Amino acid sequence: MSFVAKLDQIFVLLQHWIAGFFPLWLQPLVMIVLGVIAIVAAFPGIFALTTVLERKGLGRIQNRLGPNRVGPLGILQPVADGIKSLTKEDIVPLSADAIVHFLAPLVLVVAVFLGFAVLPIGRNMVLVNLDAGLLFFFAIGASTELSIFMAGWSSRNKYSLLGAMRAVAQMISYEVPLLLSSVVVVMITGSLSTVKIVEAQSGFTGFLPHWYVFTPWGFAGFALFVVAALAETNRSPFDLPEGESELVAGYFTEYSGFKFALFFLGEYLGMFSIAGFAITLFLGGWGAPFSFLEFVPSWAWFFLKLLGAIAFFIWLRGTMPRLRQDQLMNFAWKFMLPMALLNLVVAGAWRFLGEGPLGGWVRWIICSLVLLTAYVLLGRVLMRNQNLGPRSYRYAD
Amino acid sequence: MLGEGMLKGLAETAENFAGSFVSKERMTTVQYPEERIAPIENTRDFPFLIFDGTDPLAGLRCVACQICEKECPPKCIYITKSTDKKPDFVGKPQNYPTRFDIDISVCMSCQICVEVCPFEAIKMDTQFELSTTDRFGGLLLDRDQLSRSNEYYNEIHPTEAAEVDARLAEEKVKAEAKAKAAAEAAAAKAAAAAAAPPAVTAPPKEPIAKEPGA
Repeated sequence: MSFVAKLDQIFVLLQHWIAGFFPLWLQPLVMIVLGVIAIVAAFPGIFALTTVLERKGLGRIQNRLGPNRVGPLGILQPVADGIKSLTKEDIVPLSADAIVHFLAPLVLVVAVFLGFAVLPIGRNMVLVNLDAGLLFFFAIGASTELSIFMAGWSSRNKYSLLGAMRAVAQMISYEVPLLLSSVVVVMITGSLSTVKIVEAQSGFTGFLPHWYVFTPWGFAGFALFVVAALAETNRSPFDLPEGESELVAGYFTEYSGFKFALFFLGEYLGMFSIAGFAITLFLGGWGAPFSFLEFVPSWAWFFLKLLGAIAFFIWLRGTMPRLRQDQLMNFAWKFMLPMALLNLVVAGAWRFLGEGPLGGWVRWIICSLVLLTAYVLLGRVLMRNQNLGPRSYRYAD
Repeated sequence: MLGEGMLKGLAETAENFAGSFVSKERMTTVQYPEERIAPIENTRDFPFLIFDGTDPLAGLRCVACQICEKECPPKCIYITKSTDKKPDFVGKPQNYPTRFDIDISVCMSCQICVEVCPFEAIKMDTQFELSTTDRFGGLLLDRDQLSRSNEYYNEIHPTEAAEVDARLAEEKVKAEAKAKAAAEAAAAKAAAAAAAPPAVTAPPKEPIAKEPGA
C-alpha cells in the first residue's frame, strides 16, 4: 500500500489494528464501538470549534473582533463556555413535566447522532452502509421534531410552546421540499445507499469531477436542499422558533446549565449532519474537487467541505433578517414545493434524453432553460402583491 | 429577480468581513479595559453631592431640605438632618445632612433629584465601574463617598456646570448686594439713631392716606 493510500485509510487501519487485540467473535462489535467513539468525539469537537468561529465570524461581519480573551485569539472560548454550562445550576420549572423536560434534550442529541451513522466521512469510512441509508437519515431527522415539541410542551411556558409550535410547523413544511430535492439524486444514482451515491460522483472528466451539483437538476436540487436544510435546522434566516427578539429562546427558554448546552449541541450537530448530507448528495462526498488533488486524503476533503458549508451558514446568518411566518410558509409551499416537483421531472428528462439521439449538450440546454424559466416565473408570482418598500401606516402617520 | 437582494446582502457582509481585517477605521468597538471612549457630555448614571472649596463637609451645598428624598421615585435616598447649622456659600446659616446615603442598587438614574434640588447640590455622575463584592453594603454610598468637588463637576459636565456656576455667582452677588443694602440701611438707621436725641421718639405723623377715588 502506498503512503498516500495509507494516509487515506489511516483511521480504518487504526480501527482494524485496535480491533486486532480482541478475540475474533468480539471484533465486529469492537469495530462498531470504535466508529461510534470516533463520531461522538469528532463532531462535538467541530461543534466547539464552530461556536467560537461563528462568534468571531459574525463579529467580523459586524465590524467587531468577536471573542478574543480566552487563550490566544479567543480560541479557548468553548472550554470556558463548557465549564460554565457544566457548573451552572440546572433549573427545572416547578410546573414543568419533569420527566419529559429531562428527556427532551437527550432525545434530540441521540436522534441527531444517529444521523451520522450513515454519513460517509471518507473512503470506507461509514459506520453502517445501509441500503436505505438516505431513508434512514430522513426518518431519524424527522424525529428531532418530537424532542423539540417535548421541550416546548413540558416547559409550561408560553414562549417555549410558541417556539415549539413554530418549529414543528416549519420543520414539517420544509421536510417535503428537503426530501423531494434529494429524490433526484436517488433517481439518477438508482440507489438509496449513501456510499453508492458518493461512488457515483467519484469520476472525473478531464480534471473536473462528476458532482451532481454541476448539472442543471443537481444545481437546482442543491439550492433547494440547502434552503430546506437551513429551515430544518432552524438557522437564520429561518430562526423563527428561537427568535430571540420574539420568543426569548423559543422552545429551550426554560432550559439552563448543561441541558441548554445539549440543545445547543443538538442544533449544531443537526446542522453538521444535514450539511454532510448536502455534501454527500450533491458535492461529491469525500471526493476531491480536481483530479490532480486526489492525493489529499478523502476524509480531509469531507471535513474541508463541511467547514466550507459551516462558513457559508455563518455567512448567511450574518446577512439575512428573519422571515415572517407567512413568508416562511408561502416560500415553502408556493416556491420550494413546485420547484422541487419540477426538478423531479427535469431529472427524469435528463436521464432519458441522455440515452436518446438528443444526448450530450441538448439536454443541458433544455433542462437549464426549463428550470431557469420556472425560477423566474415562480419568483415573480411569489413577489407579486408584496410591498417590500418602506411600510406606510394608515393611522399612525 | 428572486434572490437578487440576497446576493447583494451577501456581498455587503463579505466586504465587511474582509474589510475588518485590513482597516482599523471600520471597527465600531474598542477593546474596553485597555482602550476607552470618553463618555459623551450628557452621560449620567448615579447622583453625587457637590461641595465648594476643598473641605467636603464645610463646602457641602446640601442643606438637608429632603426634597430629593421625598421626590425620589424608587426611594433610594436616605437623609438625616443636622441639629446645628453651618454657613452656606453666601454665609447664611443652614442645616446640613449628618447622613446622606444613596442606594445605587435601587437608584434608576432618573435625575429627578437633580431637577428638584433648589440648591444645585446634587448632580449626576459619570462613573460606571461601580461593581463591588458586597452587594448590600458596597452599593449603599454614604455622604463621604458621594461628595465630589465643584471642579470635578466642571470636568465631567462643563456646559451644565458653567451655567450652574454663573447662576450661583449671580445669586451670591444679589445676596451680597442685599446684605450690603441691609447693612447700609442698618448703618444709616444707627447713624440716624445716634444723631437724633432718643427722647424724640414720637413717630412722624403719617399723613392720612387718601382713599383712592375719594
